[in-house]
Amino acid sequence: MEIPRHWRLKKQRYGLVGEVCPHCDAKIFPPRDVCPSCGSEAKTLYTFSGRGEVYSYTTVYQAPSGYDETAPYTVALVKLEEGPLVTAQLTDLGDQPVEIGMPVEMVTRRLRSDGDERGLLVYGYKFRPALRATR
Amino acid sequence: MTTENPSPTLLKPAHPVGFVGYGAYVPRYRLPAREVARIWTGGKGGLPIKEKAVPGMDEDVVTMSIEAARNALARAQIDPAEIRAVWVGSESHPYAVKPTSTIVAEAIGAVPNTQAADWEFACKAGTEAVVAAMGFVGSGMARYALAIGMDTAQGRPGDALEYTAGAGGAAYLLGPAEESLAVIEAAYSYVTDTPDFWRRAGAKYPEHGMRFTGEPAYFEHITQAARALMEAQGTTPSDYRYAVFHQPNTKFPQRVAKKLGFRPEQIEPGLLVPVIGNTYAGAALIGLTAVLDVAEPGDRILLVSFGSGAGSDAFDIRVTEALTERRDRAPKTQDYIARRTEIDYATYVRLRGKLVTK
Repeated sequence: MEIPRHWRLKKQRYGLVGEVCPHCDAKIFPPRDVCPSCGSEAKTLYTFSGRGEVYSYTTVYQAPSGYDETAPYTVALVKLEEGPLVTAQLTDLGDQPVEIGMPVEMVTRRLRSDGDERGLLVYGYKFRPALRATR
Repeated sequence: MTTENPSPTLLKPAHPVGFVGYGAYVPRYRLPAREVARIWTGGKGGLPIKEKAVPGMDEDVVTMSIEAARNALARAQIDPAEIRAVWVGSESHPYAVKPTSTIVAEAIGAVPNTQAADWEFACKAGTEAVVAAMGFVGSGMARYALAIGMDTAQGRPGDALEYTAGAGGAAYLLGPAEESLAVIEAAYSYVTDTPDFWRRAGAKYPEHGMRFTGEPAYFEHITQAARALMEAQGTTPSDYRYAVFHQPNTKFPQRVAKKLGFRPEQIEPGLLVPVIGNTYAGAALIGLTAVLDVAEPGDRILLVSFGSGAGSDAFDIRVTEALTERRDRAPKTQDYIARRTEIDYATYVRLRGKLVTK
């Protein structure tokens, strides 16, 4: 059981909330309080748009414990439109093939159960093929 | 501005309220009804719908409510910190104890200055939340309140409900009428103790009274609620451009519309059950999002839900000028319906966790 960790990470996980550097305007995800581009302190919260594209991907067949019920699944490096590269599962693929450069958008989904079926449900970001609709 | 309530039974808030935003959600997967028939009846017998929406393995009422709420917020363009209530009506809350609504409120940025609660009243839990939100905003206690009806409905394998028990729903952000894309002129609720459908605590699948679910339950409550609301409002079916009724299958809403004097074209845009199934607490509310996607300013809409056990909430809704500029800010109901991947019964069994693996 890792309840304190899940609780601490909920904002970034549910809503893709990172940080923006007040000195050089770099967008930071995951939040780390120090700007990776200019090295200054950066604690201003910033909610990402959730839009991005697939930078690279792979399919997991031998899943780590906690994820075995949903295998096989696809994990991608997603290049967010604001800059950062995020590792996340792709979801709602249906029978759609994944391609590098494919536009994706963030959705909040069930990641796993912490422990067995009696455990806490852990929610967080995944990415799915962007809906054709306007946003 | 305060308004007079002309009727002792009508629900009409002191300050006029309406929907400042709305959002739908339907999952991607579809199980054709013929697949259920193939497994359980050798492909014989009539089918109550064409297909139903099935949630992915990582979806539940929490995740679906979050997406619908984000769509409602995108249309309303308000600061979520101004929301004073996040209410989710469902009969498929992922936890027996621990609110769905706190997770939704956290994800959309409405915490911590807010009410949060889960509502339960079979298929009308969503409209119950809407009526409560009318009171919250209409009393002046809150500027905005979020009411959601969402379900991943349960159907016992092989039961008649398995053909239709679908997944989806809608979120409505209620606020002052002057900011609204549709104003709620009045509501009316009609409730009796009628045992047509239930699920006991701890039971996995619901029980239903077979044919008893029709006349004394669905038809009686919807007809009474619609008639009482129209009588108090001084309206007839011809005053409404559209009508949306709770839709457990295709036939029931068609029959109740005819009985009340509505023409098929008035219910057609909001009749989604043939292509997404019965979304329970979401059913009437997502029918309304499909109507709002196509309605024009000045149109009047009658919305009547039904929840087993039993009761109906009826709403007299008038579309305002604000709808046309706001509705394109988020995906439309038909965009979600068009996003469709057909699955077979075996995949359905896996996605819905019906396989015992340990």
